[in-house]
This record gives sequence, structure tokens and C-alpha cells, in this order.
Amino acid sequence: MNAPEGAPRATDNSTKSDLQKFLADQEKKTLLRFLTCGSVDDGKSTLIGRLLYDTKLLFEDTLASLEKDSKKFGTTGEDIDFALLVDGLEAEREQGITIDVAYRFFATDKRKFIVADTPGHEQYTRNMATGASNSELAVILIDARKGVLTQTRRHAYIASLLGIRHIVLAVNKIDLVDYSQSVFDGIVADFNAFAEKLGFASQIAIPLSARYGVNVMAKSPETPWYQGPALLNHLESVDVDTALEKGPFRLPVQWVNRPNLDFRGFSGTVVGGRIKPGDTVAVAKSGRTTKVARIVTMDGDMKEAVAGDAVTLTLTDEVDTSRGDVLSAPEARPDVSDQFAAHLLWMAEEEMLPGRQYLLKLATATVPASVSELKHKVDVNTLEHLAAKTLTLNDVGYANFSLGAPLAFDAYRDNRDMGGFILIDRFTNATVGAGMIDFGLRRATNVHWQALDVNKEARARMKGQKPVVLWFTGLSGSGKSTIANLVEKSLTAEGKHTYLLDGDNVRHGLNKDLGFTDADRVENIRRVGEAARLFVDAGLIVLVSFISPFRSERRMARELVGKGEFVEVFVDTPIEVCMQRDPKGLYEKAKSGAIKNFTGIDSPYETPEQAELAIKTVDGPAERHAQAIVAYLRERGYLG
Amino acid sequence: MREVADEFANPVMLYSVGKDSAVMLHLAMKAFYPAKPPFPLMHVNTTWKFQEMIKFRDETVKRLGLDFIEHINQDGIARGINPFDSGSSLHTQVMKTEALKQALDKYKFDAAFGGARRDEEKSRAKERVFSFRSAAHAWDPKAQRPELWRVYNTRINKGESIRVFPLSNWTELDIWQYILAENIPIVPLYFAKKRPVVERDGTLIMRDDERMKLRPGEKVEERLVRFRTLGCYPLTGAIESDADTLEGIVTEMFTARTSERQGRLIDSDEKASMEKKKKEGYF
Repeated sequence: MNAPEGAPRATDNSTKSDLQKFLADQEKKTLLRFLTCGSVDDGKSTLIGRLLYDTKLLFEDTLASLEKDSKKFGTTGEDIDFALLVDGLEAEREQGITIDVAYRFFATDKRKFIVADTPGHEQYTRNMATGASNSELAVILIDARKGVLTQTRRHAYIASLLGIRHIVLAVNKIDLVDYSQSVFDGIVADFNAFAEKLGFASQIAIPLSARYGVNVMAKSPETPWYQGPALLNHLESVDVDTALEKGPFRLPVQWVNRPNLDFRGFSGTVVGGRIKPGDTVAVAKSGRTTKVARIVTMDGDMKEAVAGDAVTLTLTDEVDTSRGDVLSAPEARPDVSDQFAAHLLWMAEEEMLPGRQYLLKLATATVPASVSELKHKVDVNTLEHLAAKTLTLNDVGYANFSLGAPLAFDAYRDNRDMGGFILIDRFTNATVGAGMIDFGLRRATNVHWQALDVNKEARARMKGQKPVVLWFTGLSGSGKSTIANLVEKSLTAEGKHTYLLDGDNVRHGLNKDLGFTDADRVENIRRVGEAARLFVDAGLIVLVSFISPFRSERRMARELVGKGEFVEVFVDTPIEVCMQRDPKGLYEKAKSGAIKNFTGIDSPYETPEQAELAIKTVDGPAERHAQAIVAYLRERGYLG
Repeated sequence: MREVADEFANPVMLYSVGKDSAVMLHLAMKAFYPAKPPFPLMHVNTTWKFQEMIKFRDETVKRLGLDFIEHINQDGIARGINPFDSGSSLHTQVMKTEALKQALDKYKFDAAFGGARRDEEKSRAKERVFSFRSAAHAWDPKAQRPELWRVYNTRINKGESIRVFPLSNWTELDIWQYILAENIPIVPLYFAKKRPVVERDGTLIMRDDERMKLRPGEKVEERLVRFRTLGCYPLTGAIESDADTLEGIVTEMFTARTSERQGRLIDSDEKASMEKKKKEGYF
């Protein structure tokens, strides 16, 4: 190939001014990123090839090679097959379909465009989502002969899910239905009925023939009934301003720049709002605020940085922040939480399992994460919510997430960079899911149970016993602890696994914040009941020695464990005997008023009505009562 | 770039001395300012690069004060591989692709920056910004990781690596405009000058040294030429042009009707040849 004969040689005089005008024009151009999606053979690749060709972005050598290829692989007879321009991979050329996302670039006098060309097959939904994640507008192709298909609905839904607010419905191959207005209107009505639910900000339908260029660059006389703009006119003029720079300031810290001890800068890309030296910023995770000292660049300090700028900030105070944290506007901070609800698109062959740990990467932060509850799966064709336990390839679900560490984030609808995340498999390192955060969760009601495989039965079987709570109740000084202690010694001697929760001991630790008011006594018993329940779950024989004066709390403790796992032992000793024994000198103090709310003196004791065992301590020595309790357990099979 | 610096243990920037590398290096200088880029530059030298490229390379490294590594496939030299006798395909395979793999293995780099752009060639249009390579440096176009938003998956196992293409979404015109706007130094070969060229198989080849033997009927002419792309001199076609300033080049660009890789003889060797090279480990 020779040097291009046609390449104009600008003379020196005109070079400067032409160039300046050209560069000035380039500066003014805005960038539109859009994706094209459609079913197999809807003509996506042909449309993009047509756009490249008609905007004169094809070079002579590319065209020559295209003409050669058209004869070899082409499906358009003697005409140029534009699809061959964009189907880049060998497999795609052979099968005549698009497999992967391809990015194309073209420009007109008004705008520059980056096109993500995405595949139509259902198995490539993830690729479409990839293309959509960086696009502001979607062109959804429909074959005029086939009308709105399942895929069309799926494409529209995924576009809306990924936050695309502008849709162009390109009804292609209109030439093959004789440029029929009624066919076109029917398709548009069909589509609108579905797309209404998705709430796009702008939505138009255009009758097209990519192959013949009808309504691509300019309005065609073939469709006099069509009143709207040609495709390219629309793409050049549609207002897709997302106004990110008007939102609150966000800078995910990407790298801490420390060339020497005197300089400490925080580098990253501003993903929301604007920032000036002197502005106050809040460090999301610690909540601390400080001021921006400088915006440092190699070409000198900047006066202001806006969304999209990659900058390095220095701060006036030494604040503790590192990669993964977010510098933000103090009056509108991001959520910081270890739980949130999000939409999840699953992109791996291996299914998503709730409870399994993945790595979650959002902006510059990477944390361990799992789905704590899968709320539902979305039927991407009808938008119906379906019950689901797992997600498989290309499924979209709505789930609660639980993270290994708190994360700073915003809702995806407010900021894509602060609300979009990927999930990474911990073993293969593959990107397996893409998520869009809906809102953060904080309340305890959103803490969900972790399903566990080793259960109470398995643990009890290992110990050769049936777990049970022996709940000793009675007045202070009635002999509860003495007998419980003897029972435990006896069981341990038999090789049983036990644990003793003693009222006084527990009040030194777990319950040391509680007093002796009724409310505190209730809380005291609730905590001990919960602790006993966990020990039963561990397969142990639990001895609880607590005054536990109220019936309702003893019932509550009973109801925390399973049937047959609670044996109430009423240690029945008359108060006179207790006062006489008074091992800790407490009755003496209570009577003198030194201790308030003492059970039996100025706080009631509610006698058990249905205790499994009632022991009258005045009838004999403690050892005999203890043996009776062990015998009771043996008879009922608790000791294996 | 800062993403790579923070998440990888041992990154490297592949520096080819061309205009894309110049822009990529400039971006790195800016990204880490006032610190220096925390990774070395590496040039895989086929020994057939233009002399002016090597001179410019050495000056650049010195001017910026960067760590620099040059790698030459000594095994290829020993086997006498050269673009004239071995053919462009074998030469590229041995002196570029294999040489690159050798170097990555030798220094155990886990991430390598490259200046490739999606608008260059069809199979490159489907390349990721963070492109995963197996332990054997192979690219599997069907098993690429989905890449959403600006969130890049940087996780790899031992031996695997990632090729990173920060200029993915730049076009050739963007590159020139940026060079003009930022006044980035580039190799003088991009500017028109009288150079000794030979017309061979329809392409103008600059005779950079005596290793290029003339075929019967060929003669060396002094012509006013420049290069739109730079590689090994015997495989890089010149274009006739009088654009001897950056402004002139950009002016020529916006009226150009041939794609830049037209001057690259290796692309047209066989159908889909770039995809094949990439699968084997070429950039």
C-alpha cells in the first residue's frame, strides 16, 4: 500500500487556523457512551458498522479488507457486510454472532461516541450488563419481522437495573416489512406496555434499516409517516446529563502518596461533587472532619476538582485514612455499614449460595461478604418476583448482604461508583457477581441466623448424654448452690459433660451491670436463660442456680429450650430456716434496711406450681437430695 | 495505574518507545506525582528497532530518573532470527512474544502495563482494561472476566498475571491531541524528514543500517517521510508527508483515510493474526 494519494497537504498558512478551529471544536464535543443490544440477527453489528461507515470513520485499508472479507464470510451477497467490521474474534466470524463486548469509537461534529456492542444470547446477559455498566443510553434492536421478544424485555430490564435512564428502541429491518407503519406502531405499543414499569427518563422508537441506512444518518423518504429524528440526530442531541458534579463530594481513596516524610497525599478519582482547597471533608469510616489543604498535580495546584478528575489531595490535619476509605462532603456523608440490601446479577457457572463468603469490591475497598438472605429472584422477562434459594448464571436477585467489615457506600441510583460492586470467588478469583446497592441496613432485626451443619444432636451424641437444663430455684440460703454443686460433682464423676451457672458468679461478670429491681431481675434471668440455651445447644447438662423469684421468667427460660430439656428443681426451704442459716449475712442486712429489694423480705418470691422436682431440704442431708436428682436424670434417660 | 501500584506485588510498565508508550508514561508520572511511579519500565528489544528509538529511550529514562530494564531474547539472537530471513511472523514470535514471556518469568512480574488501544484492531476491541493471563501467559478471549463500572478485579493466583491497558478507550486522534496539549516528547521519527527509504512490496522501508540487503532492482532514495507507528524498522512502513510539527501531524490526522496499522506488516500475515498472537502471549 502506498501513501494515501488523497491525503491533503495543508499549506503552512492555513495549518494554524484550521488546526485551532479543529481543536476548539474537539474541546466542545461531549462524550456519549451507549450500548447496543438485541437478539441474534437483529442487526446490531451491521448497525454499528453502518454508523462507522457513514460517519467516515473507516479507513481505506480497512474498507479494502472488508470488501475482501465480505466475499469470503459475508451474508449480504455482493454488498459490503458491515457486521464483519465489528465481529472481531475468529469464533464470532465463523458463527456470525457476537460473543463478547466490543468497544467502538466514532465522532460527529457534535459529539464523540463510545459504543459497547453486546451479545444478544441469554447466556451472555452478563456481557450486556458489563456494557451497560458504563453506558448512559441503550439502543435496543428489534427485528421488525419478529416484534418484541423475551430477549427484548430482558435487555430493557437489565438496562434499567444497571441505571441506564435513556432508551432508543430501534425497529430494524423495516425494509423487510415494506416500511409498514402499522407493524412499527404495533411493536412500539407492545414495548411501551412493558417498559412503562421501568421508568426510563427518555424513550423513543425509530424505524430503521441498518443495511440500507434508512433513518440512521438522516430521515428517509421510505418512512414518510415517521415524525421523529433519525438515529444519529437523536444520539447527538439527547440530554443524558447525570449531574454527578452537582451531587455530594466523594473521593474513594485509592493510594496514599508518601514520597517523603513531609508529604502525605490522598490520591483517587473524584466520583461525585466538587472540591476546593479550604473545603471541609469528612473521613467516612472514622467520621472525623478536616480541611483540604491543596489539590496537587504535576502541572501545579488546582483551584477546584470536579467529578471525573483524578487528583491528589493533602489535608490540614493528620487523619487516619487509607485505601478503601472515602473522603466526603461532611453535610451529606455516605452510609457506613456492614449490612445492606442490593440487587445482584450472577455471572458465574457455579451457583451463588447464601452464607458462602466472597470478596466484595466497591470503589477502592475490598471486604469479605456473604448473602445473608436471598429475598427473591426476578424473572427478567416478566419482572415477577420468584422465591429462590440460590442464583444461577444470568439470574438477577434481591438480597441482604453481610460484610466482614464496615464499608462506605451510597445507593446505586445516587452514584454508580459508590453503589456498584463486584463479587469475587475466593478460590478461582473469577468475577462472579455484580451488585447494585439499594440501601444500608443497621437494625438488629436484619441480623439473620446462620444455618449450621453441626447441630445439637450431633454434639450431644458425641458426649453420650441428652442435654438438659436443671433449673434450681428457691430463696437465698435455701441450699440451691450446695445441692447443684453436689449434683455436678456426681455427674462429672460419671463422665458427663456439665456446666454450672451460679447466680452470684454470673452477677460478677455477664450481668454485673444489673441491679435488683424487678426490671433488672427479669433481664438477669433472660440472659441466664439465653446462656443456658446456648450450653444446651452445645450438648451440655446445664445446672442453673438462681433465686429466679418470678414464674413468668422461669417459664420464659423453659420455653427457650426444647420439650424435655428443662427440669425445674424447687429447693423448698422455709424462710425462717434460711434466715437462720444466712450463710452470707444477707438477711441480717436486709432486715436492717441495708439491702433493698431482698427476696422474701421486701421483694416477693413466687412459689413454683409445676416444678419437676421439689426438695424439702429440712428432710435430710444435701447429699441424699443430690442423689435423688441424679437418679431422676438416669431414669428419664438423660445420662445415656 | 494507582490501582495496580497498590494491589500488585511486582508491577512493570512495558515501554515500547512509541507515542502510546510516551502518553502512558506521561500519565504515570502525573498519577504518582510528587512521588515517582513505583515500578520499573521495561523495553523488550528485538535488536531491530530504529536507532533513533533507542537513543530517545535512553534519554527519556535518564531525564525522568526511572528504573529501567532492557530485555533481549539471547536465544533468538543465537538462532540468528531476523525479520529478513526468518519472516516477519517468526521474528515477532521469537523476538517479541517469547522475549516478553521470558522477561515476565525472569523478573516474576504479576502485572504489566501496555499501551494498547481498543481502536487499533478488531480483537483488541474486546480486550479488558485488566486482562487476565494464565501462568503460561495465554489469553482466553472466551473466559475473560466481566468488567463493570470502574471496578477492576485484581485478584490472581501465584504465577498468573494481569495485563493492564490504561489507554484502552483512547483513539489515535486522542493520543495526538493529548501529546499536543501536554507537549509530550516523542521520537523524532514521527516527524517528516528526508530519510533513506527503499520501496519494497509497495511499502516504504527506511534503511536504518547495513543489515538490510538490497534486492536486485531496489535502490535507496532520499524521500520526505515520517512514521505513524513505530516497531522494527524492516517491518514498519513510512508514509510520505511533510508534517514536521505536532500541529502538522494532527492536521494530517483529521484528514487521514488510512488506519495506522496499515504500516504494520505483521498484522496482514494471516487472517485474524492479532488474535492468534494475543492468545500466544503477544500484547
